[in-house]
Amino acid sequence: MQEKVLMKGNEAIAEAAILAGCRHYFGYPITPQTEVAAYMAKRMPKIGGTFLQAESEIAAINMVYGVASTGKRAMTSSSSPGISLKTEGISYLAGADLPALIVNVQRGGPGLGGIQPSQSDYFLATRGPGHGDFHVLVFAPSSVQEMADLTSLAFDLAEKYRMPAMLLADGTMGQMMEPVVLPEPTELTREKPWAVTGTKCAREHNIINSLYLSPQELERLNIERFERYKTIEATETRWESFMMDDAEICIVSCGITARVSRNAIVEARKQGIKVGMIRPITLWPFPEKPLLEAAEKVKAFVCVELNMGQMIQDVELAIKCRKPVSLCSRVGGMIPSPEEVLAAIKQANE
Amino acid sequence: MTVVFEKPKALTDAVLHYCPGCTHGIVHRLVAEAIDELGIEGRTIGIAPVGCAVMAYDYFACDMIEASHGRAPAVATGVKRSMPENIVFTYQGDGDLASIGLCETVSTAARGENITIIFINNAIYGMTGGQMAPTSLLGQVTQTSPYGRDPKTQGYPINICELLSSLDAPAYLERVTVNSVAHVRQAKKAIKKAFQNQVEGKGFSLVEVLSACPTNWGMTPQKALEWIDEKMIPRYPLGVYRDKED
Repeated sequence: MQEKVLMKGNEAIAEAAILAGCRHYFGYPITPQTEVAAYMAKRMPKIGGTFLQAESEIAAINMVYGVASTGKRAMTSSSSPGISLKTEGISYLAGADLPALIVNVQRGGPGLGGIQPSQSDYFLATRGPGHGDFHVLVFAPSSVQEMADLTSLAFDLAEKYRMPAMLLADGTMGQMMEPVVLPEPTELTREKPWAVTGTKCAREHNIINSLYLSPQELERLNIERFERYKTIEATETRWESFMMDDAEICIVSCGITARVSRNAIVEARKQGIKVGMIRPITLWPFPEKPLLEAAEKVKAFVCVELNMGQMIQDVELAIKCRKPVSLCSRVGGMIPSPEEVLAAIKQANE
Repeated sequence: MTVVFEKPKALTDAVLHYCPGCTHGIVHRLVAEAIDELGIEGRTIGIAPVGCAVMAYDYFACDMIEASHGRAPAVATGVKRSMPENIVFTYQGDGDLASIGLCETVSTAARGENITIIFINNAIYGMTGGQMAPTSLLGQVTQTSPYGRDPKTQGYPINICELLSSLDAPAYLERVTVNSVAHVRQAKKAIKKAFQNQVEGKGFSLVEVLSACPTNWGMTPQKALEWIDEKMIPRYPLGVYRDKED
């Protein structure tokens, strides 16, 4: 059992990645995730790992692609504008069925935007960040503890399903300090017969590739990939229910806004309003089932997010528009206060 | 019966898709011969570009990766950092290496990554049907420079060996061509040396090969080989631009 330590969210990601067996980190400086790179720059050389400050976000994701091709765990981290640059590489990772971890500590946009927290890359992450038909596993940590735990889980599931995973945090999660119990070191045992490690002239050559000029073959591979996604949707969806037993209003929120919402829920309960929360931990796959079940019981949903209303679309789809869903959001780096969320709860309760 | 000429083991039996008169086939063979002669096939990992050589992953018998356009040196960096005992090479064209991937090319060279790059410069985008390349010559007519490359609006060709020779780190930079038997022999020597350097841990090695594209140049194969002598070599002089052994 690891001991409890006080860590910044970004540093918890980095140390958890090392404990998960990642020895190759490639990144490019961008606020508010630079602590991940700084931590790796200090730690990796001491444990025989690679820290490389790449010439660009594009190069960094392609270096990850190179390491992933050899069957080893690799990661990069960035923030929103940098993630835009990485999307080409993420699409290639998905097309070649390669596992890797991409950390996105989101900031406000579009364009250069700002450097304060945001959840405005929700669409980008959950709809497949890049060209073509694909998904990445998307995890939304809501505490420094989860920054560490989900980093570890993301590496495992990415490898299990041979696909990229994205840790979708926000600037607050990256910068805040909290006590954390780091995960136990992962033992890497999975065989990777597909990896390029040199044939040793003892087998046919392995090819890591995403080019298929035969439409029949490319269609078949896309369909196979989506079959795999169905299994993931059925078995890997994660969420947390909070005070949902008797709830009449259901808040849906992740990351920092879920923390704010918790405070608002406690206050609302004091005032006699029966409100609870479903907090998605995986954003893809999205927890549709618990939301649809909740739609049978509650009278309204309130989506609390740091964007102009992105996750709300997934909530409406999940509950098949059976109940009203309202949006409580701030953007540009602003975060709604518990009072603002409480007001939204009261309005939904009327 | 004596075998006097055979296919290198580092090439597969796949039929090459290249056009008649294209010199990619010769360069593929030279790379494969170098791999065979150094006995490194079992530990070599090759990286194919986007461009005419995109399907090189089917042609080389070693483990292969297909990279996105221009990013082969970054992918190679990842592979080499992960597998330092393996031999890692990229095979890239001029659009891939000198245009969209120029940042990766320069940065990988500046870091002195211990990899080998085979750079095919045929002064045109072949795969997409003959558009202007960063290495297209002044006045060269292509699909996207139909009145000839005009330096006022389309700039000047990029000389990669000269550009990279301004950096400290590269161990070996040489420009060769394959338009005659003598030139093919010299190209073979250079390519083998670029791999040998990596085996010996000497660092970044790049061989630029002036190549013919009769299809998109609109010439017969014979005329295309002559065009290399007449037009390309004057702009892109052959020779060694860096050799840390010197």
